Amino acid sequence: MSAVLIFARFTLREAIRKKMVLGVLLLSALFVGMYAYGFSSLRSNFTERVATGDVPPIEFPVFASVMVQLGFYTVNFLSGVMAIFASVGSVAGEVDAGTFHAIVPKPVRRWHIVVGKWLGYALMLSVYVALMCASVLVVSRYIGGYVPPNLVLSSALVVLVSLLLLSLTILGSTVFSSLTNGIVVFMLYGVALMGGVVEQIGRFLQNDTLTNIGVITSLVIPSDAVWRLASSLLQRTGDLSVQVIQTPFTASAQPSPPMVIYAVCYALGAVAFSTWLFSRRDL
Amino acid sequence: MPRHWRPPARFGTRSTHALAAWRTSAHCGGTACRASIGIDTMTESGPAIYVENLRKEYRGKLAVQNLSLQVEHGEVFGFLGPNGAGKTTTIKMLNGLVRPTSGRLSVLGRPLGDAEARRRIGFLPEQFRFHEWLRASEFLDFHGSLYGLSSSERRARIPDVLELVGLAGRADSRLRTFSKGMLQRIGIAQAVIADPKLVFLDEPTSALDPLGRRDVRDIIRTLQSRGVTVFLNSHLLGEVEAVCDRVAIITEGRVAAIGPTTELLNGEHVVEVRARNVSETLLTEIRRRYTVLETNTPSFGNIRDSDGGIRTMDRAGVTDYQLVLSVADSAVPGLVELLVRDGAAIHALVPRQRSLEDLFVDIVQVGGDR
Repeated sequence: MSAVLIFARFTLREAIRKKMVLGVLLLSALFVGMYAYGFSSLRSNFTERVATGDVPPIEFPVFASVMVQLGFYTVNFLSGVMAIFASVGSVAGEVDAGTFHAIVPKPVRRWHIVVGKWLGYALMLSVYVALMCASVLVVSRYIGGYVPPNLVLSSALVVLVSLLLLSLTILGSTVFSSLTNGIVVFMLYGVALMGGVVEQIGRFLQNDTLTNIGVITSLVIPSDAVWRLASSLLQRTGDLSVQVIQTPFTASAQPSPPMVIYAVCYALGAVAFSTWLFSRRDL
Repeated sequence: MPRHWRPPARFGTRSTHALAAWRTSAHCGGTACRASIGIDTMTESGPAIYVENLRKEYRGKLAVQNLSLQVEHGEVFGFLGPNGAGKTTTIKMLNGLVRPTSGRLSVLGRPLGDAEARRRIGFLPEQFRFHEWLRASEFLDFHGSLYGLSSSERRARIPDVLELVGLAGRADSRLRTFSKGMLQRIGIAQAVIADPKLVFLDEPTSALDPLGRRDVRDIIRTLQSRGVTVFLNSHLLGEVEAVCDRVAIITEGRVAAIGPTTELLNGEHVVEVRARNVSETLLTEIRRRYTVLETNTPSFGNIRDSDGGIRTMDRAGVTDYQLVLSVADSAVPGLVELLVRDGAAIHALVPRQRSLEDLFVDIVQVGGDR
């Protein structure tokens, strides 16, 4: 078995053994339950309530589309948080604990360790995002009777967001202590969210300064830009221009597709840079 | 001032031919070149460990300076020095944990970081911190797989090494439940799981009780009998003295003394002389020829000489002396002849065995005074 796979398997096993997977699954099940409950309450008697005039006369799929986007947004946020906190000490924690002293002298390359850990977490996150997105879609299909477009592509983009945050966190872990890394990456993640909102407001008000701030933020950390692309893909044609229901979490304008290429390069670059940094580091 | 230890002049005098062979190979750095030379032929051609002018600076602070030594195959080599002398840094450099600032290193005849060489090297770190959520057998399985052992090899080796370190029956216990001593034992087990040719043990008994220490001594002897080279860093000098074929003492990042343990300890005899009727001229002559470590008289008690001189003893009527001298083995008959010729009455001439601790303390104190 190649050394990368040994470390990937070891990482997965650690996540399971330390009950991280169990904790995440329990909380996620809670989320899915509440989401299904909310969706079904939205669905029940919808036509009758619209008929009373208390609810704006909008067809149900518009609400359903927003619900799916919010569901995906929650998955996006949860998997992002999970990516950051699972891997925040992936390198720094082991350096501090001294566990690398017995591992690094073995006939493995240091990049095997970093890439193996990345792969382990990436597998965990991908499976998690896939399961969660599938849950949202199943709820939407069987409770709401609504199937959004581009569901596979959107799910893949949510996976990309989590991998991007994972790569960035692992890079931070080769530079900072676990605590500092957690703070720095989480702040960057927050900045990306705000940058996304600012950019949307900028576009809505046609304010170039706000738009540019958002674009620059997306270049610094493209997580939110990729999310907005996923969100816009989930919407039916025409929804973007109409946008009857605005939320700060869903896209009102579609980011350019090259952002995806940039995000992939960003993630790969972060991993490559972290292997380079780690291979030069004194332990 | 003690001056009876040997200057570090031994390096470079051994196996010049082997060294030349290693140098040739060390310059051959390309992948194709490495691939064309088998590990076994390489292993035989050079020393087990070769270090030349090794230097490490941490942000301007010097940890190791111009350290040179070599360890032959099958030797148990003791690596000694006071805290902060650069021992652990050196071991870390030899194991690829720390990058040398400059200098040349090879292990098992291969350049540093070579995967083939690492496959044959075991290492017990000073900080034996492991993933404590693993069971003992899982821990060894993981480390065995890092060595590239197949699962059947691992299955076969794990009970053997657990037995070797006295942890048979604890295969299913989690490391979290282990005492420090048990963690150190399992650390030794992971170091020897792949049947290494060279084992680095950095303070292997720091957490062990006397029985555990004896066990480790036995493990080292077992390794030695199998032809494994052992590089032992330990503060327990008695232990080093008991198991090491050769010893290096380092202070301030450089080798202060190196040589076979017996030779370092017996290189110069320390002889205690008790004699009467010692004349002043005889004392002066002894002082001129030999290093006088102590001069005692019954009337004045023990007085340690600071510079080998005996002026303080120059009192009229005192001829009853107890001298402690450092003399070369070959010079002992000459000393006796001198005493007899001058009419001194020799009551006793007792050779004193120096311990590694004496040697260590002398060297470290000299280093400290510099």
